[in-house]
Amino acid sequence: MADFPSLQSDWRPAAALDVLRLRARLLRRIRTFFDRAGVLEVDTPALSAAAVTSPHLASFQSAYHGPGPLRGRQLYLHTSPEFAMKRLLAAGSGSIYQLCKVFRDGESGCNHNPEFTLLEWYRTDYDHLDLMDEVERLLATVLDGILPLGGVHHWAWRDLFIEFAGLDPLLAGVTELANLLADKHAVVPVGMQDASLDDWHDLVMTQVIEPRLGAGLVFVRDYPASQAALARIRRGNPPVASRFEAYLNGMELANGFHELSDADEQRSRFDAELAQRKQRRLPIVPADERLLAALSSGLPDCAGVALGVDRLLMLACGARCLSDVLAFPFERA
Amino acid sequence: MASYSTNEFKSGLKIMLDGDPCAVIENEFVKPGKGQAFNRVRIRNLKTGRVIERTFKSGETVEAADVMDIDLQFLYSDGEFWHFMHPVSYEQQAAEATAVGDAKLWLKEQDMCMVTLWNGNPLAVTPPNFVYLAVVETDPGVRGDTSGGGGKPATLETGAVVRVPLFIEIGDVLKIDTRTGEYVSRAKE
Repeated sequence: MADFPSLQSDWRPAAALDVLRLRARLLRRIRTFFDRAGVLEVDTPALSAAAVTSPHLASFQSAYHGPGPLRGRQLYLHTSPEFAMKRLLAAGSGSIYQLCKVFRDGESGCNHNPEFTLLEWYRTDYDHLDLMDEVERLLATVLDGILPLGGVHHWAWRDLFIEFAGLDPLLAGVTELANLLADKHAVVPVGMQDASLDDWHDLVMTQVIEPRLGAGLVFVRDYPASQAALARIRRGNPPVASRFEAYLNGMELANGFHELSDADEQRSRFDAELAQRKQRRLPIVPADERLLAALSSGLPDCAGVALGVDRLLMLACGARCLSDVLAFPFERA
Repeated sequence: MASYSTNEFKSGLKIMLDGDPCAVIENEFVKPGKGQAFNRVRIRNLKTGRVIERTFKSGETVEAADVMDIDLQFLYSDGEFWHFMHPVSYEQQAAEATAVGDAKLWLKEQDMCMVTLWNGNPLAVTPPNFVYLAVVETDPGVRGDTSGGGGKPATLETGAVVRVPLFIEIGDVLKIDTRTGEYVSRAKE
């Protein structure tokens, strides 16, 4: 098979042993950070009867073959532990964190592996701004003596577009965005005929803005309401999502929310995403009814964030691709 | 008509783009955590040889290009067409000047070369990496000068002109690297 390296040689780890030692060191520091902050480590299932509904995330699917009454049950590998962790929060766990493997079908490349290690944590009585500060403290602590953070920059999503792409995303339509990409950045998109404005914003973000973010820690906050995912939306003109992303040295590293706690609003977002899935001819998956029940019973005011640990390790050791920091990347798994 | 999804993109895949057959050189997956995925793809237009970049919305499909590479023996040129033959089936193919391109400088009768067919017709011709060609015209050789410094032009049997060391004489057979068009050595008798 010309597509794959020989099975005779690829039994070996892809990452150097020194990199694997650095991974262990980062994991130890992360656990110490949360231990000192009094945040409880938790462990939730990777296999779930429900799946993420976002049309931009694809779950691996499996099934249970018995014995027992659940024989034949469809199961999905989680794309993040978010729903289960929120059930713990609703049950009164207080602030919690988890280090776990998550699984995303259809994602493979230099910065993506279909299976990767996520650090996800929730802070009760925090909003997204408080949590951004904690992300900065965590990174400074975990990377101390390994990688200097450099400067820390904060941008509102709209201002980021104005500064780095030279247009106001609230005023620019698809034509202006397409012209900007073609004329100033030589980006020629294919297959965008039916694309939404959000898709065009994603295109500008990934092709124009992210490559120009440069060194240092960059926080982007106040995403458009259409890109809220599971964040609260603040009233205003226009309304904005209490969502943030953290980029370190130009690499997307973490995504956080002031968490939506309204069960009805959550259900209507699930429904809207399932409708989008249907429209895009993507698999229709069961929405998480247990999460909705937990929200109905009451989610404490909290903020949560997920951070890619493999990417953090990549940055810490200056690796070019994820496959340089994974013992056995996808091709060798 | 066969088609490929962006999920199937890999180096060497032949696709149709803007009506021309193209080959994927490099495929980079780009995706924001919460948003639309894209494939940033470097593509070679097989008709013009130009390399371009396109950003595909992931999940889109494109038409496959019916392109294949076969090894054929070069027979002769009649000035308008370059004629090739399959060494086993004896099936012949005639390539136009645009398909042969710069390869014509290195094509010697009976040599094997790679012919790229699109919908069954020659699209491009790639000569072997190294060819052996006789010198038909050059200034008289300077005996004993094997330094390789300086050099002079020499015309080869195919009409190609290459820069050669001063000691090369008419009738010498030279080894040429067709990728750079440069002299490598004098062929051993």
